[in-house]
Amino acid sequence: MGDFFEYLKSQWSFAQEHPALAFFLLVVGYGIVMIGFFSAFAGPVTWVERRVAGRMQCRIGPNRVGPHGFLQWLADGLKNFLKEDLIPNAADKILFRIAVYPVFAGVFLTFVVLPLGPWIVGADLSVGVVYLLAVTALVVTGIIMSGWASNSKWSLLGGIRSAAQMVSYEVAAGMALLTAIIPAGSLSFQDIIEHQGGWPWQWLVVYSPATFLAFFVYFTASLAEGNRTPFDLPEAESELVAGYNTEYSGMRFLFFAFAEWANLYVIGAVITAVFLGGWRIPGVDIATQTNNIWLQFAGAAIFLTKASVLVFVTIWLRWTLPRLRVDQLMLMCWKYFVPFGIGLVVLSLFWQVLAAAVPTWVTSAISVLLTLAGAALVAGMFWRAWYNIRAGKDAPVYTWLI
Amino acid sequence: MDNPYVALLFSFSFAIIFSLVFVNLSRIFGQSRPESEKLDTYECGAPPIGNARTRISVKFYMVAILFILFDIEAVFVYPWAVSLRSFVAKGMGTFVFVEMLIFLGMLFLGWLYVLKRGALKWD
Amino acid sequence: MENALNKQAVSDDLMILNMGPQHPSTHGVIRFVITGDGEVMQRAVPHVGYLHRGIEKLAEGLPYPSFVPFTDRVDYLAAMFANHGYAMAVERLLGIEVPRRAEYLRVIVSELNRIASHLIGVGAMAMDIGAFTPFLHGIREREKLNDIIEELCGARLTYNYIRVGGVSFDFPQGLDAKIRAFLDTFEPLMEEFDRLITVNEILVKRCANVAVIDAETAKSYGLVGPNLRGSGVDWDLRRDLPYSAYPDFEFNVCLGRGFRGTLGDAYDRFIVRVQEMQESVKIIRQALDGLPEGEIKGKLPRKLKPAKGEAYGAVESARGELGYHVISDGTDKPYRVKIRAGSFNATSIVEHASRGLMIADLVVLIASLDVIAPEIDR
Repeated sequence: MGDFFEYLKSQWSFAQEHPALAFFLLVVGYGIVMIGFFSAFAGPVTWVERRVAGRMQCRIGPNRVGPHGFLQWLADGLKNFLKEDLIPNAADKILFRIAVYPVFAGVFLTFVVLPLGPWIVGADLSVGVVYLLAVTALVVTGIIMSGWASNSKWSLLGGIRSAAQMVSYEVAAGMALLTAIIPAGSLSFQDIIEHQGGWPWQWLVVYSPATFLAFFVYFTASLAEGNRTPFDLPEAESELVAGYNTEYSGMRFLFFAFAEWANLYVIGAVITAVFLGGWRIPGVDIATQTNNIWLQFAGAAIFLTKASVLVFVTIWLRWTLPRLRVDQLMLMCWKYFVPFGIGLVVLSLFWQVLAAAVPTWVTSAISVLLTLAGAALVAGMFWRAWYNIRAGKDAPVYTWLI
Repeated sequence: MDNPYVALLFSFSFAIIFSLVFVNLSRIFGQSRPESEKLDTYECGAPPIGNARTRISVKFYMVAILFILFDIEAVFVYPWAVSLRSFVAKGMGTFVFVEMLIFLGMLFLGWLYVLKRGALKWD
Repeated sequence: MENALNKQAVSDDLMILNMGPQHPSTHGVIRFVITGDGEVMQRAVPHVGYLHRGIEKLAEGLPYPSFVPFTDRVDYLAAMFANHGYAMAVERLLGIEVPRRAEYLRVIVSELNRIASHLIGVGAMAMDIGAFTPFLHGIREREKLNDIIEELCGARLTYNYIRVGGVSFDFPQGLDAKIRAFLDTFEPLMEEFDRLITVNEILVKRCANVAVIDAETAKSYGLVGPNLRGSGVDWDLRRDLPYSAYPDFEFNVCLGRGFRGTLGDAYDRFIVRVQEMQESVKIIRQALDGLPEGEIKGKLPRKLKPAKGEAYGAVESARGELGYHVISDGTDKPYRVKIRAGSFNATSIVEHASRGLMIADLVVLIASLDVIAPEIDR
């Protein structure tokens, strides 16, 4: 934002005369844009999720409000807006009321550091990654508050499960991010993106075997942190009715849902920024992209495309997989993910030390190999999906393939 | 003014103001017809037995403790990881590598202890 | 006694949780009172009776044939079996011979109904474990079955098709071709279903070794049907107490073998249902091939007045033995009708099998027993 302000000052005489006022206006405008972006993502993604789910389940999904039901999310929002705001008699009234705010703020604040371009970013913090892990913890606070304040057993169980799960997987997610940070050498998202290139073989995910594996660890762990299937135990509707938001209704409930769906973007965007090259355009160097505003928007489009693909994969997983049990979930995290994460950090370190000692072509060759492996994995996944959709109608079950 | 944390402060205020305004507007525009059944705690349609604020499974507490231990350790590694590249450039790569190996090795030993003590067993 | 136990639990700082009657995974209005520390249960006590409609008592005030529509309501997911059992009991009481064609039609609709019911059973189990999609794929196939049966008898859920002495309607023209077409698409879709959920590693991890019911316990609690066979007990009324046209057909009785864990775990019961659908397809094909010509209704007197006596008719329903014990006092109304339903016994084992399970496992246990509320309470 600082760079953009300097740019503004050079272009706009008003900003030179009243820098404080101009900065204030910039910040207000930015806030409105952020809220708009937040809503513009979290709203339609609910519609996308329901349409995708409809397709996967051989039904139609919402198609009444607007073209193809696109405005369904607005209708839902309006409906919830006009609903009664119930606060149970037995609840802790103050905690019950304020529990939504940390949840919403926690997800919203992560949007600030996620960059869409060299300038299209709320704040380029030097501690970006740690900041991200810190504000995510606000969500845990809000959820555990809501679970406790409701004074309903289902809410309490949901809240506690959620807290346990989110903090556990935060350790695993932190380790996985660390693995990627070691080669980038910075905690700032912009620096991490600038360290990567536009082409797939320049992305951090294929930088070393350690980051390649860390990508999967982080993706899984962030699914668990975002309470998404197969880790949606806190709101497992068949076990805990609705989990921590059982007692909520109307606008307060909407904000929980709002935060949850916006979190889908956070999952996709963090992975895009850290592992998948962020806003880098293939074949364009950073200086060119910074100085051309249209290239910046093109970079933002690329970023959003990558993030949306990941969001689609999360939705896809949600409507395919069953969920784990709470002890299996914890065991998976602490018994496998955490030590595996530590191992990845060590491997990444080792790689870093080794990379300084061997010629560049060796590391480049390994990157290309890993890119090929990744491409093969993606191709295999799509082949499998295609097979299940079209060709598999009369094929026998291959348990080893699944 | 170049301080990026100003933007954070503003974002935080925006988030809180936005949600506060909308939640409270809905209290004005939304209906309000409370009755005793509506305001009752949900327990699948049966009257609740006992209070929800009872003791909860100790396993969750264990998880919380483990989280505090491991997350703090992980936070220690972050600043070190950031400066690793400059160390490598100075030719001190092997030294910091071995140093971190010892640190992570101790973390690993702690994890092993936790596992052997059965802190993660649920039944 | 229950209250005393609950008081004791509260003073022991244990959490007492009502699961049901309004809970997504109790499959109807059943209530389980769970005592435990929040996640791990000490026990779960089923409380039944929320759906009690007094069907058995209603039978005492109705002439014999008029009770058939009520039997639909005993098990609305598999109403054909409920019709069939009652019709068989009354036929035995009256000593009526049912025409071959009617028996074949009974078998065909029963097996179609078994597929429909098992689709709901396995689909709902997958849904309770968190996978929503398999359930809707099951529902899609069940819709096709409902269409077929609607074409046959005009009803989609409560059929009132199998009557005393025969069935109410013959096949309309072209229906057997439609059934064959359905079976042809259904068999590959079963494999798709298997790829989607049956071999899914998370489902296996959630079901294998969970809620194990060994053969002895299963027998002593009177479990029947797929629940009993899931524990490895080789008992199927269709083969062991042959009725209707079943002796004419060849089919396997599917047994739990401890597919991915212990014998008698939730996964075995799941697999048994999946396999039974395939066996049903086999039976329907044989029945369609060998469908004899002839009457669809036996010779019945104008007024059914059995002599004093009693009779028991039991069918292998989708939920196991569904038996009707009908006692006649010589009038045109039964003196007493007792319905023996599989779900009731299956519910009774929950308290035994749920010790030490987690709440998520209880959901799996209930789903794997495939209990449905109207059959428990009648």
